[in-house]
Amino acid sequence: MPQISPFVIFFASIITSNMVLSNFLGMCSYLSVSGEYKTATGLGMAVTMVLTLTTVINWAVYHYIIVPLEIEYLQYIIFIMVIAAVVQILEMLMDRYMPDLHAKLGIFLPLITVNCAIFGVTLFTVIRSYGFLQTLLFGIGSGLGWWLAINMLAAIREKMAKNKLPAGMSGTAVSFIITGIMAMAFMGFSGIFTIQ
Amino acid sequence: MADKAGKIINRQLFTENQVLRQVLGICSSLAVTNTMSNSLVMGLGLSFVTALSSMTLSAMRSIIPHRVRMLAQTLVIAVYVILVDLFLKAFLPEISKTLGPYVGLIITNCIIMGRAEAYAQKNPPLPALIDGFFSGLGYTGVLLMVALIREVLGFGTVFGMNVNFAGFETWTIMLMPPAAFFIIGSFIWLLGARAAKKAAKTAK
Repeated sequence: MPQISPFVIFFASIITSNMVLSNFLGMCSYLSVSGEYKTATGLGMAVTMVLTLTTVINWAVYHYIIVPLEIEYLQYIIFIMVIAAVVQILEMLMDRYMPDLHAKLGIFLPLITVNCAIFGVTLFTVIRSYGFLQTLLFGIGSGLGWWLAINMLAAIREKMAKNKLPAGMSGTAVSFIITGIMAMAFMGFSGIFTIQ
Repeated sequence: MADKAGKIINRQLFTENQVLRQVLGICSSLAVTNTMSNSLVMGLGLSFVTALSSMTLSAMRSIIPHRVRMLAQTLVIAVYVILVDLFLKAFLPEISKTLGPYVGLIITNCIIMGRAEAYAQKNPPLPALIDGFFSGLGYTGVLLMVALIREVLGFGTVFGMNVNFAGFETWTIMLMPPAAFFIIGSFIWLLGARAAKKAAKTAK
């Protein structure tokens, strides 16, 4: 497999292969926490942080533990446990050393364990057999891309909170339509970077 | 307080459909619906995992301490997902490759966790099995509907068979991510509008 430059991966994962808009990952929290711009920012920040950390740790676990022991069939269980453990430890560390940040992001952390973007990015790095630098920038880029998407949706939803919509459309249905239009707009970038 | 099987089935397939009414399990229903065969395999895989994990967790519900139940649930689900993944790799390698990470992502599919928390936690194994299986089938149904629209308009095929007629230009947009958002969004809208109408009628 030809090695793609890590920087191409970084920009591609924000723009052309955005986690939400082209890979559909992390939809649950994306839809449910996008009502308010401020909360969305908090969650975006937390996801970016956890995503970067867990992707890198899972990469190391995969290459230094799972492959040498030939237990690839257990990889899902191991990845999930690593993610849960990292989130737990991060929460405790934040509580101890950065209480301000913890007060702001703490409520989002448990939500993140079941955010499929985190797990999905890990699986992508394994399937595409990325190296360390590629993995690191893919993790950061995917997090930033997710953050960008949720912030855009939250901003649009806040603006249209007072608009009158057809019956049954407010809330989830309209979020889907907005996301669809956003995804279409982002298709305009396709061709600048390609990683898939 | 075990419910009747018929009631569970009706609830899971229609009135409380996991995808359209509860808006759970969205990630994979958007991602794999570009062809019918992908959706069918994914749907059946999910039904299998939901049914068996619900049953297992329901059977174990008295011995799992409350505080570690999330961890226990994740582990049980992961075991079944690994089974599905190995099965697909062995017998349907082509589909397994196109589904890629989405098979593994069944673990984080909120439907399974949702059924385990909301139903299997409080009910005996057999109803939990039925509940899990039919919530999976409800999900499969939605996936197939979305995939039908996308595959017919996007490729001009159904399950890979050509149904294209002369002069029909396929819509490339249907294979792209935006179409998935639009179609599921419209489904949710239609159901929401119907529910709103019904509620208005009963209120009168």
